[in-house]
Amino acid sequence: MNPQAFIDGLISGSTIGLGAIGLTLTYSILRFANFTHGDFLAWGAYLTLTVAGVLGGLAAGLGAPLYPFSFGWGLPLAVMGGVILTVALALGLDRILFGRLRARGADAIIIVMASFGASMALRSLLEFIFTAKPAYFTKALQIAKPLGLGMRATPDQLLVIGLTGALVLALHLFVTRSDTGRAMRAVSENPNLASVFGVDVDKIVRVTWIIGAGMACLAGVMAGLLVQIRPYMGFDLLLPLFAAAILGGIGSIPGAMLGGLIIGLAEAFTVQIIGAEWRAAISFIILVLVLMLRPQGLFGQRGA
Amino acid sequence: MTALSLTNLRAGYDRDLPIVKGVSFTVNKGEAVCILGPNGAGKSSMIKAVAGQVPCFGGQVRLGEADVTGLSSHELVRKGMGFVPQTENIFTRLTILENLQIAAQLLPRPDRAARIAAMFDMFPDLGARPRELAGALSGGQRQMLAAARALLTEPPVLMLDEPSAGLSPKLVGQVFDTLRRISEAGVTLVLVEQNVRAALALTSRALVLVDGQLAHDGPTSALHDGNLLGELFLGHRSVEASA
Repeated sequence: MNPQAFIDGLISGSTIGLGAIGLTLTYSILRFANFTHGDFLAWGAYLTLTVAGVLGGLAAGLGAPLYPFSFGWGLPLAVMGGVILTVALALGLDRILFGRLRARGADAIIIVMASFGASMALRSLLEFIFTAKPAYFTKALQIAKPLGLGMRATPDQLLVIGLTGALVLALHLFVTRSDTGRAMRAVSENPNLASVFGVDVDKIVRVTWIIGAGMACLAGVMAGLLVQIRPYMGFDLLLPLFAAAILGGIGSIPGAMLGGLIIGLAEAFTVQIIGAEWRAAISFIILVLVLMLRPQGLFGQRGA
Repeated sequence: MTALSLTNLRAGYDRDLPIVKGVSFTVNKGEAVCILGPNGAGKSSMIKAVAGQVPCFGGQVRLGEADVTGLSSHELVRKGMGFVPQTENIFTRLTILENLQIAAQLLPRPDRAARIAAMFDMFPDLGARPRELAGALSGGQRQMLAAARALLTEPPVLMLDEPSAGLSPKLVGQVFDTLRRISEAGVTLVLVEQNVRAALALTSRALVLVDGQLAHDGPTSALHDGNLLGELFLGHRSVEASA
Protein backbone atom coordinates (compact mmCIF):
# COMPACT_ATOMS: atom_id res chain seq x y z
CA MET A 1 0.00 0.00 0.00
CA ASN A 2 1.31 3.44 -0.98
CA PRO A 3 1.60 5.75 2.08
CA GLN A 4 0.84 8.73 -0.19
CA ALA A 5 -2.85 7.91 0.35
CA PHE A 6 -2.43 9.18 3.91
CA ILE A 7 -1.37 12.66 2.75
CA ASP A 8 -4.01 12.69 0.00
CA GLY A 9 -6.64 11.79 2.60
CA LEU A 10 -5.48 14.50 5.01
CA ILE A 11 -5.65 17.13 2.26
CA SER A 12 -9.14 16.28 1.01
CA GLY A 13 -10.22 15.65 4.62
CA SER A 14 -9.17 19.20 5.56
CA THR A 15 -11.53 20.66 2.95
CA ILE A 16 -14.34 18.31 3.94
CA GLY A 17 -13.79 19.06 7.64
CA LEU A 18 -13.90 22.83 7.19
CA GLY A 19 -17.06 22.54 5.14
CA ALA A 20 -18.60 20.16 7.67
CA ILE A 21 -18.00 22.64 10.52
CA GLY A 22 -20.38 25.15 8.95
CA LEU A 23 -22.87 22.40 8.22
CA THR A 24 -22.82 21.01 11.76
CA LEU A 25 -23.28 24.48 13.26
CA THR A 26 -26.28 25.35 11.10
CA TYR A 27 -27.70 21.86 11.65
CA SER A 28 -27.46 22.11 15.45
CA ILE A 29 -28.52 25.74 15.90
CA LEU A 30 -31.00 26.29 13.06
CA ARG A 31 -32.20 22.68 13.25
CA PHE A 32 -32.32 21.77 9.61
CA ALA A 33 -30.06 20.01 7.10
CA ASN A 34 -28.92 22.87 4.89
CA PHE A 35 -28.43 21.67 1.32
CA THR A 36 -27.26 25.12 0.22
CA HIS A 37 -24.11 24.70 2.29
CA GLY A 38 -22.29 22.94 -0.56
CA ASP A 39 -23.21 25.81 -2.85
CA PHE A 40 -21.76 28.30 -0.37
CA LEU A 41 -18.45 26.49 -0.94
CA ALA A 42 -18.73 26.90 -4.71
CA TRP A 43 -19.98 30.49 -4.47
CA GLY A 44 -17.17 31.28 -2.02
CA ALA A 45 -14.59 29.99 -4.49
CA TYR A 46 -16.10 31.88 -7.45
CA LEU A 47 -16.57 35.12 -5.48
CA THR A 48 -12.97 34.93 -4.29
CA LEU A 49 -11.85 34.30 -7.87
CA THR A 50 -13.83 37.35 -9.00
CA VAL A 51 -12.32 39.56 -6.28
CA ALA A 52 -8.85 38.21 -7.14
CA GLY A 53 -9.48 39.13 -10.79
CA VAL A 54 -10.50 42.67 -9.82
CA LEU A 55 -7.46 43.05 -7.55
CA GLY A 56 -5.20 41.65 -10.27
CA GLY A 57 -6.60 44.24 -12.67
CA LEU A 58 -5.90 47.03 -10.16
CA ALA A 59 -2.38 45.95 -9.22
CA ALA A 60 -0.64 43.45 -11.47
CA GLY A 61 2.11 42.80 -8.88
CA LEU A 62 -0.40 41.08 -6.54
CA GLY A 63 -0.40 38.04 -8.83
CA ALA A 64 3.34 37.32 -8.53
CA PRO A 65 3.75 34.00 -6.65
CA LEU A 66 4.82 34.13 -3.01
CA TYR A 67 7.60 31.54 -2.76
CA PRO A 68 7.12 28.62 -2.07
CA PHE A 69 3.40 28.87 -2.85
CA SER A 70 1.72 28.98 -6.24
CA PHE A 71 -0.24 32.19 -5.57
CA GLY A 72 0.55 35.83 -4.84
CA TRP A 73 -0.71 38.35 -2.27
CA GLY A 74 -3.81 38.82 -4.40
CA LEU A 75 -5.34 35.53 -3.21
CA PRO A 76 -5.19 36.12 0.58
CA LEU A 77 -6.61 39.60 0.01
CA ALA A 78 -9.28 38.23 -2.30
CA VAL A 79 -10.22 35.58 0.30
CA MET A 80 -11.21 38.37 2.70
CA GLY A 81 -13.51 39.83 0.05
CA GLY A 82 -14.80 36.37 -0.83
CA VAL A 83 -15.64 35.57 2.80
CA ILE A 84 -17.51 38.87 3.20
CA LEU A 85 -19.51 38.29 0.01
CA THR A 86 -20.30 34.65 0.88
CA VAL A 87 -21.47 35.71 4.34
CA ALA A 88 -23.65 38.38 2.71
CA LEU A 89 -25.10 35.70 0.42
CA ALA A 90 -25.92 33.42 3.38
CA LEU A 91 -27.43 36.22 5.47
CA GLY A 92 -29.44 37.41 2.47
CA LEU A 93 -30.76 33.90 1.83
CA ASP A 94 -31.72 33.59 5.50
CA ARG A 95 -33.50 36.94 5.38
CA ILE A 96 -35.57 36.23 2.27
CA LEU A 97 -36.16 32.49 2.70
CA PHE A 98 -35.17 30.57 5.85
CA GLY A 99 -35.90 33.40 8.31
CA ARG A 100 -39.41 33.85 6.93
CA LEU A 101 -40.11 30.14 7.16
CA ARG A 102 -38.83 30.08 10.78
CA ALA A 103 -41.02 33.06 11.66
CA ARG A 104 -44.06 31.19 10.31
CA GLY A 105 -43.15 28.18 12.45
CA ALA A 106 -42.61 25.97 9.38
CA ASP A 107 -41.72 22.31 9.98
CA ALA A 108 -38.08 21.33 9.56
CA ILE A 109 -38.93 19.26 6.46
CA ILE A 110 -40.35 22.37 4.75
CA ILE A 111 -37.15 24.29 5.47
CA VAL A 112 -35.03 21.37 4.24
CA MET A 113 -37.02 21.25 0.99
CA ALA A 114 -36.64 25.03 0.64
CA SER A 115 -32.89 24.66 1.06
CA PHE A 116 -32.88 21.94 -1.60
CA GLY A 117 -34.65 24.27 -4.03
CA ALA A 118 -32.39 27.18 -3.14
CA SER A 119 -29.39 24.93 -3.67
CA MET A 120 -30.46 24.10 -7.21
CA ALA A 121 -31.16 27.77 -7.95
CA LEU A 122 -27.77 28.86 -6.60
CA ARG A 123 -25.96 26.17 -8.58
CA SER A 124 -27.76 27.03 -11.82
CA LEU A 125 -27.09 30.73 -11.28
CA LEU A 126 -23.41 29.99 -10.79
CA GLU A 127 -23.30 27.98 -14.01
CA PHE A 128 -25.20 30.75 -15.82
CA ILE A 129 -22.79 33.46 -14.67
CA PHE A 130 -19.46 31.62 -14.84
CA THR A 131 -20.29 28.73 -17.27
CA ALA A 132 -19.50 25.08 -16.46
CA LYS A 133 -15.90 25.42 -17.70
CA PRO A 134 -13.42 24.80 -14.84
CA ALA A 135 -11.55 27.83 -13.51
CA TYR A 136 -8.29 28.07 -11.55
CA PHE A 137 -6.82 30.44 -8.96
CA THR A 138 -3.40 29.76 -10.42
CA LYS A 139 -2.02 27.73 -13.29
CA ALA A 140 1.48 27.63 -11.85
CA LEU A 141 2.84 24.10 -11.51
CA GLN A 142 4.13 22.97 -8.14
CA ILE A 143 6.47 20.08 -7.53
CA ALA A 144 5.51 17.92 -4.55
CA LYS A 145 8.36 17.75 -2.06
CA PRO A 146 9.28 14.54 -0.21
CA LEU A 147 8.09 14.39 3.42
CA GLY A 148 9.65 11.05 4.31
CA LEU A 149 8.15 7.54 4.54
CA GLY A 150 7.39 7.71 0.83
CA MET A 151 4.97 10.63 1.15
CA ARG A 152 5.05 13.86 -0.83
CA ALA A 153 3.09 17.13 -0.73
CA THR A 154 3.21 20.54 -2.39
CA PRO A 155 3.65 23.70 -0.28
CA ASP A 156 0.04 24.68 -1.10
CA GLN A 157 -1.19 21.35 0.24
CA LEU A 158 0.81 21.70 3.46
CA LEU A 159 -0.52 25.23 3.87
CA VAL A 160 -4.10 23.96 3.55
CA ILE A 161 -3.51 21.33 6.25
CA GLY A 162 -1.84 23.83 8.61
CA LEU A 163 -4.43 26.55 8.05
CA THR A 164 -7.25 24.09 8.65
CA GLY A 165 -5.71 23.00 11.98
CA ALA A 166 -5.33 26.63 13.10
CA LEU A 167 -8.91 27.52 12.10
CA VAL A 168 -10.39 24.51 13.89
CA LEU A 169 -8.47 25.32 17.07
CA ALA A 170 -9.52 28.98 16.94
CA LEU A 171 -13.18 28.05 16.36
CA HIS A 172 -13.14 25.45 19.11
CA LEU A 173 -11.77 28.00 21.59
CA PHE A 174 -14.35 30.56 20.41
CA VAL A 175 -17.28 28.19 20.93
CA THR A 176 -16.09 26.83 24.30
CA ARG A 177 -14.59 29.96 25.91
CA SER A 178 -16.35 33.07 24.56
CA ASP A 179 -19.72 34.53 25.61
CA THR A 180 -21.07 34.20 22.08
CA GLY A 181 -19.81 30.62 21.80
CA ARG A 182 -21.50 29.60 25.06
CA ALA A 183 -24.69 31.29 23.85
CA MET A 184 -24.44 29.31 20.58
CA ARG A 185 -24.24 26.06 22.54
CA ALA A 186 -27.20 27.16 24.66
CA VAL A 187 -29.33 27.99 21.59
CA SER A 188 -28.30 24.66 20.10
CA GLU A 189 -29.75 22.85 23.14
CA ASN A 190 -32.91 24.90 23.68
CA PRO A 191 -33.56 28.22 21.87
CA ASN A 192 -36.61 29.12 24.00
CA LEU A 193 -34.72 28.63 27.23
CA ALA A 194 -31.76 30.58 25.85
CA SER A 195 -34.12 33.50 25.29
CA VAL A 196 -35.30 33.23 28.91
CA PHE A 197 -31.63 33.38 29.94
CA GLY A 198 -31.38 36.72 28.09
CA VAL A 199 -29.72 35.42 24.91
CA ASP A 200 -30.71 37.25 21.71
CA VAL A 201 -31.44 34.15 19.60
CA ASP A 202 -31.70 36.13 16.33
CA LYS A 203 -28.19 37.46 16.88
CA ILE A 204 -26.89 33.94 17.49
CA VAL A 205 -28.57 32.77 14.27
CA ARG A 206 -26.74 35.54 12.38
CA VAL A 207 -23.41 34.61 14.00
CA THR A 208 -24.00 30.99 12.98
CA TRP A 209 -24.54 31.96 9.35
CA ILE A 210 -21.45 34.18 9.43
CA ILE A 211 -19.21 31.40 10.77
CA GLY A 212 -20.78 28.71 8.58
CA ALA A 213 -20.60 30.71 5.36
CA GLY A 214 -17.10 31.96 6.19
CA MET A 215 -15.83 28.43 6.72
CA ALA A 216 -17.61 27.27 3.54
CA CYS A 217 -15.88 30.01 1.55
CA LEU A 218 -12.48 29.03 2.93
CA ALA A 219 -13.14 25.36 2.18
CA GLY A 220 -14.18 26.29 -1.37
CA VAL A 221 -11.03 28.35 -1.90
CA MET A 222 -8.87 25.52 -0.58
CA ALA A 223 -10.57 23.00 -2.86
CA GLY A 224 -10.25 25.42 -5.76
CA LEU A 225 -6.59 26.09 -5.04
CA LEU A 226 -5.66 22.41 -4.88
CA VAL A 227 -7.88 21.09 -7.67
CA GLN A 228 -10.14 23.40 -9.70
CA ILE A 229 -13.26 25.54 -9.40
CA ARG A 230 -16.50 24.20 -10.87
CA PRO A 231 -20.15 25.13 -10.26
CA TYR A 232 -20.81 21.55 -9.05
CA MET A 233 -17.82 21.37 -6.70
CA GLY A 234 -20.00 22.08 -3.62
CA PHE A 235 -22.77 19.74 -4.69
CA ASP A 236 -20.25 16.94 -5.21
CA LEU A 237 -18.93 17.52 -1.68
CA LEU A 238 -22.38 17.51 -0.07
CA LEU A 239 -22.48 13.80 0.78
CA PRO A 240 -18.97 13.76 2.33
CA LEU A 241 -19.89 16.95 4.26
CA PHE A 242 -23.04 15.40 5.74
CA ALA A 243 -21.20 12.16 6.45
CA ALA A 244 -18.43 14.06 8.27
CA ALA A 245 -20.86 16.23 10.30
CA ILE A 246 -22.91 13.19 11.38
CA LEU A 247 -19.87 11.02 12.01
CA GLY A 248 -18.35 13.72 14.24
CA GLY A 249 -21.61 14.33 16.10
CA ILE A 250 -23.98 17.17 15.25
CA GLY A 251 -22.88 20.42 16.89
CA SER A 252 -19.30 19.35 17.59
CA ILE A 253 -16.60 21.38 15.82
CA PRO A 254 -13.70 19.00 16.62
CA GLY A 255 -16.06 16.16 15.70
CA ALA A 256 -16.81 17.66 12.28
CA MET A 257 -13.10 18.14 11.63
CA LEU A 258 -12.23 14.62 12.74
CA GLY A 259 -15.17 13.29 10.73
CA GLY A 260 -13.86 15.17 7.68
CA LEU A 261 -10.40 13.71 8.11
CA ILE A 262 -11.79 10.20 8.52
CA ILE A 263 -13.93 10.59 5.39
CA GLY A 264 -10.98 12.05 3.47
CA LEU A 265 -8.68 9.22 4.53
CA ALA A 266 -11.36 6.61 3.82
CA GLU A 267 -11.82 8.04 0.32
CA ALA A 268 -8.08 8.10 -0.37
CA PHE A 269 -7.50 4.53 0.81
CA THR A 270 -10.62 3.33 -1.03
CA VAL A 271 -9.26 4.78 -4.26
CA GLN A 272 -5.96 3.02 -3.72
CA ILE A 273 -7.20 -0.33 -2.43
CA ILE A 274 -10.51 -0.87 -4.23
CA GLY A 275 -10.68 1.61 -7.09
CA ALA A 276 -11.52 5.24 -7.88
CA GLU A 277 -15.11 4.38 -8.82
CA TRP A 278 -15.80 3.54 -5.15
CA ARG A 279 -14.60 6.91 -3.85
CA ALA A 280 -18.07 8.50 -3.59
CA ALA A 281 -19.64 5.31 -2.21
CA ILE A 282 -17.45 5.19 0.89
CA SER A 283 -19.00 8.40 2.34
CA PHE A 284 -22.44 6.91 1.91
CA ILE A 285 -21.39 3.62 3.52
CA ILE A 286 -19.87 5.45 6.52
CA LEU A 287 -22.98 7.65 6.84
CA VAL A 288 -25.30 4.62 6.92
CA LEU A 289 -23.07 2.74 9.38
CA VAL A 290 -22.90 5.71 11.77
CA LEU A 291 -26.67 6.26 11.64
CA MET A 292 -27.25 2.58 12.41
CA LEU A 293 -24.56 1.99 15.05
CA ARG A 294 -23.92 5.35 16.74
CA PRO A 295 -26.43 7.97 15.56
CA GLN A 296 -25.07 10.58 17.98
CA GLY A 297 -21.67 10.36 16.23
CA LEU A 298 -18.23 10.37 17.83
CA PHE A 299 -18.58 13.52 19.96
CA GLY A 300 -22.34 14.12 19.90
CA GLN A 301 -24.70 13.54 22.78
CA ARG A 302 -27.83 11.44 22.65
CA GLY A 303 -30.87 13.53 21.82
CA ALA A 304 -28.73 16.28 20.32
CA MET B 1 -45.47 50.73 44.40
CA THR B 2 -46.45 48.51 41.47
CA ALA B 3 -43.93 45.89 40.34
CA LEU B 4 -46.08 44.11 37.74
CA SER B 5 -49.53 44.74 36.37
CA LEU B 6 -51.74 43.00 33.84
CA THR B 7 -54.69 44.79 32.25
CA ASN B 8 -57.26 42.72 30.37
CA LEU B 9 -54.57 40.37 29.06
CA ARG B 10 -55.61 37.97 26.31
CA ALA B 11 -53.12 35.36 25.20
CA GLY B 12 -52.73 31.84 23.80
CA TYR B 13 -51.60 29.97 20.73
CA ASP B 14 -54.62 30.76 18.50
CA ARG B 15 -56.04 34.29 18.29
CA ASP B 16 -59.56 32.89 17.87
CA LEU B 17 -59.23 30.55 20.85
CA PRO B 18 -57.36 32.49 23.56
CA ILE B 19 -56.40 30.55 26.67
CA VAL B 20 -56.07 33.66 28.85
CA LYS B 21 -59.30 35.60 28.48
CA GLY B 22 -58.93 39.12 29.81
CA VAL B 23 -57.02 38.85 33.09
CA SER B 24 -56.23 41.94 35.15
CA PHE B 25 -54.29 42.21 38.42
CA THR B 26 -51.49 44.19 40.03
CA VAL B 27 -48.55 42.89 42.09
CA ASN B 28 -46.86 45.33 44.45
CA LYS B 29 -43.14 45.58 44.96
CA GLY B 30 -41.83 42.96 47.39
CA GLU B 31 -45.13 41.04 47.39
CA ALA B 32 -45.25 37.23 47.09
CA VAL B 33 -48.24 36.09 45.03
CA CYS B 34 -49.30 32.60 44.04
CA ILE B 35 -51.50 31.78 41.08
CA LEU B 36 -53.64 28.71 41.61
CA GLY B 37 -56.29 26.95 39.60
CA PRO B 38 -57.40 23.59 38.23
CA ASN B 39 -55.53 21.87 35.40
CA GLY B 40 -56.13 23.63 32.11
CA ALA B 41 -57.13 26.92 33.74
CA GLY B 42 -54.45 28.81 31.81
CA LYS B 43 -52.04 29.51 34.70
CA SER B 44 -48.89 28.45 32.86
CA SER B 45 -50.02 30.07 29.61
CA MET B 46 -50.63 33.33 31.46
CA ILE B 47 -47.23 33.42 33.13
CA LYS B 48 -45.57 32.41 29.84
CA ALA B 49 -47.40 35.21 28.04
CA VAL B 50 -46.10 37.68 30.62
CA ALA B 51 -42.60 36.22 30.13
CA GLY B 52 -42.76 36.54 26.33
CA GLN B 53 -43.06 32.82 25.63
CA VAL B 54 -46.71 32.79 24.49
CA PRO B 55 -48.22 35.39 22.09
CA CYS B 56 -50.37 38.17 23.61
CA PHE B 57 -53.48 39.06 21.57
CA GLY B 58 -54.69 42.02 23.59
CA GLY B 59 -54.39 43.91 26.85
CA GLN B 60 -51.27 45.22 28.50
CA VAL B 61 -48.41 44.02 30.69
CA ARG B 62 -46.45 46.61 32.66
CA LEU B 63 -43.20 45.98 34.50
CA GLY B 64 -42.99 48.82 36.96
CA GLU B 65 -43.93 51.82 34.83
CA ALA B 66 -42.79 50.34 31.51
CA ASP B 67 -45.18 48.80 28.98
CA VAL B 68 -43.58 45.43 28.12
CA THR B 69 -46.50 43.83 26.29
CA GLY B 70 -45.34 41.47 23.53
CA LEU B 71 -41.62 41.92 24.16
CA SER B 72 -39.49 38.86 23.55
CA SER B 73 -38.10 36.91 26.51
CA HIS B 74 -34.54 38.17 26.15
CA GLU B 75 -35.75 41.78 26.11
CA LEU B 76 -37.86 41.19 29.24
CA VAL B 77 -34.90 39.67 31.07
CA ARG B 78 -32.88 42.79 30.27
CA LYS B 79 -35.70 44.91 31.69
CA GLY B 80 -35.62 43.02 34.96
CA MET B 81 -38.10 40.17 34.70
CA GLY B 82 -36.76 36.81 35.81
CA PHE B 83 -38.64 33.70 34.70
CA VAL B 84 -38.09 30.05 35.60
CA PRO B 85 -40.00 27.66 33.30
CA GLN B 86 -41.63 24.53 34.71
CA THR B 87 -39.51 21.98 32.84
CA GLU B 88 -36.33 22.14 30.77
CA ASN B 89 -35.22 25.16 32.77
CA ILE B 90 -31.46 24.55 32.63
CA PHE B 91 -29.00 23.60 29.89
CA THR B 92 -28.20 19.98 30.66
CA ARG B 93 -25.33 19.76 28.14
CA LEU B 94 -23.52 22.72 29.72
CA THR B 95 -21.78 22.78 33.09
CA ILE B 96 -23.29 24.42 36.17
CA LEU B 97 -20.81 27.27 35.80
CA GLU B 98 -21.58 27.72 32.10
CA ASN B 99 -25.31 27.93 32.87
CA LEU B 100 -24.60 30.82 35.21
CA GLN B 101 -22.06 32.40 32.86
CA ILE B 102 -24.68 32.63 30.12
CA ALA B 103 -27.09 34.44 32.44
CA ALA B 104 -24.22 36.66 33.66
CA GLN B 105 -23.67 38.00 30.14
CA LEU B 106 -26.34 40.60 30.92
CA LEU B 107 -24.15 42.06 33.68
CA PRO B 108 -21.16 44.38 33.25
CA ARG B 109 -18.07 42.20 32.79
CA PRO B 110 -16.35 43.27 36.07
CA ASP B 111 -19.43 42.28 38.12
CA ARG B 112 -19.93 38.81 36.71
CA ALA B 113 -17.53 36.74 38.81
CA ALA B 114 -18.78 38.30 42.06
CA ARG B 115 -22.44 37.61 41.22
CA ILE B 116 -21.68 34.00 40.27
CA ALA B 117 -19.76 33.61 43.54
CA ALA B 118 -22.75 35.07 45.41
CA MET B 119 -25.02 32.46 43.80
CA PHE B 120 -22.62 29.68 44.79
CA ASP B 121 -22.72 31.04 48.37
CA MET B 122 -26.53 31.00 48.29
CA PHE B 123 -26.63 27.50 46.78
CA PRO B 124 -23.60 25.64 48.23
CA ASP B 125 -24.62 22.36 46.53
CA LEU B 126 -23.95 24.03 43.18
CA GLY B 127 -20.80 25.81 44.32
CA ALA B 128 -19.26 22.49 45.34
CA ARG B 129 -19.08 21.25 41.73
CA PRO B 130 -19.24 24.14 39.25
CA ARG B 131 -17.67 22.18 36.38
CA GLU B 132 -20.10 19.26 36.55
CA LEU B 133 -22.59 18.90 33.71
CA ALA B 134 -25.96 20.31 34.76
CA GLY B 135 -27.60 17.21 33.33
CA ALA B 136 -26.09 15.20 36.18
CA LEU B 137 -27.99 17.18 38.86
CA SER B 138 -30.98 15.82 40.77
CA GLY B 139 -34.44 17.33 40.26
CA GLY B 140 -34.14 19.59 43.32
CA GLN B 141 -30.64 20.72 42.41
CA ARG B 142 -31.85 21.56 38.90
CA GLN B 143 -34.53 23.82 40.39
CA MET B 144 -31.84 25.42 42.56
CA LEU B 145 -29.70 26.06 39.49
CA ALA B 146 -32.72 27.45 37.62
CA ALA B 147 -33.46 29.79 40.54
CA ALA B 148 -29.79 30.77 40.84
CA ARG B 149 -29.70 31.57 37.15
CA ALA B 150 -32.80 33.74 37.39
CA LEU B 151 -31.57 35.54 40.53
CA LEU B 152 -28.07 36.15 39.22
CA THR B 153 -29.05 39.37 37.48
CA GLU B 154 -30.99 40.53 40.57
CA PRO B 155 -34.34 40.94 38.79
CA PRO B 156 -36.93 43.04 40.65
CA VAL B 157 -39.60 40.50 39.65
CA LEU B 158 -39.14 36.72 39.66
CA MET B 159 -41.81 34.47 38.14
CA LEU B 160 -41.73 30.69 38.57
CA ASP B 161 -43.87 28.14 36.78
CA GLU B 162 -44.57 25.19 39.13
CA PRO B 163 -41.17 24.93 40.83
CA SER B 164 -42.33 21.82 42.74
CA ALA B 165 -43.31 19.85 39.63
CA GLY B 166 -41.87 16.35 39.68
CA LEU B 167 -40.02 16.76 42.99
CA SER B 168 -40.17 14.55 46.08
CA PRO B 169 -41.79 16.11 49.20
CA LYS B 170 -38.32 16.57 50.77
CA LEU B 171 -37.03 18.44 47.72
CA VAL B 172 -40.21 20.53 47.55
CA GLY B 173 -39.43 21.66 51.11
CA GLN B 174 -35.89 22.65 50.09
CA VAL B 175 -37.07 24.56 47.03
CA PHE B 176 -39.73 26.46 48.98
CA ASP B 177 -37.25 27.28 51.77
CA THR B 178 -35.05 28.83 49.08
CA LEU B 179 -37.99 30.76 47.64
CA ARG B 180 -38.84 32.05 51.13
CA ARG B 181 -35.31 33.41 51.51
CA ILE B 182 -35.57 35.04 48.08
CA SER B 183 -38.89 36.63 48.99
CA GLU B 184 -37.55 37.84 52.35
CA ALA B 185 -34.70 39.51 50.45
CA GLY B 186 -37.29 41.81 48.85
CA VAL B 187 -37.69 40.18 45.44
CA THR B 188 -41.24 40.35 44.06
CA LEU B 189 -42.36 36.75 43.62
CA VAL B 190 -45.07 35.46 41.28
CA LEU B 191 -45.57 31.74 41.54
CA VAL B 192 -47.77 29.39 39.51
CA GLU B 193 -48.18 26.24 41.58
CA GLN B 194 -50.22 23.04 41.78
CA ASN B 195 -48.97 22.30 45.28
CA VAL B 196 -51.58 24.50 46.95
CA ARG B 197 -50.50 23.90 50.54
CA ALA B 198 -46.86 24.86 49.88
CA ALA B 199 -47.84 27.86 47.77
CA LEU B 200 -50.26 29.23 50.38
CA ALA B 201 -47.62 28.82 53.11
CA LEU B 202 -45.07 30.81 51.11
CA THR B 203 -47.16 33.66 49.74
CA SER B 204 -49.39 36.33 51.23
CA ARG B 205 -51.82 36.70 48.36
CA ALA B 206 -53.48 34.22 46.03
CA LEU B 207 -55.03 34.57 42.61
CA VAL B 208 -57.26 31.76 41.37
CA LEU B 209 -57.61 31.32 37.64
CA VAL B 210 -60.49 29.29 36.22
CA ASP B 211 -61.03 28.81 32.50
CA GLY B 212 -58.63 31.62 31.60
CA GLN B 213 -60.31 34.17 33.87
CA LEU B 214 -59.54 35.46 37.32
CA ALA B 215 -61.99 33.85 39.77
CA HIS B 216 -60.45 35.07 43.04
CA ASP B 217 -57.92 37.65 44.21
CA GLY B 218 -57.31 37.97 47.93
CA PRO B 219 -55.12 37.12 50.91
CA THR B 220 -54.02 33.50 51.20
CA SER B 221 -55.62 33.35 54.66
CA ALA B 222 -59.04 33.28 52.98
CA LEU B 223 -58.15 30.01 51.25
CA HIS B 224 -56.60 28.12 54.14
CA ASP B 225 -59.74 26.21 55.12
CA GLY B 226 -60.05 24.78 51.59
CA ASN B 227 -63.81 25.23 51.12
CA LEU B 228 -63.58 28.42 49.11
CA LEU B 229 -60.75 26.99 47.03
CA GLY B 230 -62.76 23.86 46.31
CA GLU B 231 -65.74 25.90 45.19
CA LEU B 232 -63.52 28.07 42.99
CA PHE B 233 -61.79 25.07 41.43
CA LEU B 234 -65.14 23.44 40.71
CA GLY B 235 -66.51 26.67 39.26
CA HIS B 236 -69.32 27.05 41.82
CA ARG B 237 -68.28 30.55 42.80
CA SER B 238 -67.73 33.53 40.53
CA VAL B 239 -65.27 36.41 40.78
CA GLU B 240 -67.97 38.70 42.17
CA ALA B 241 -69.05 36.25 44.85
CA SER B 242 -65.54 35.66 46.12
CA ALA B 243 -64.48 39.29 46.13
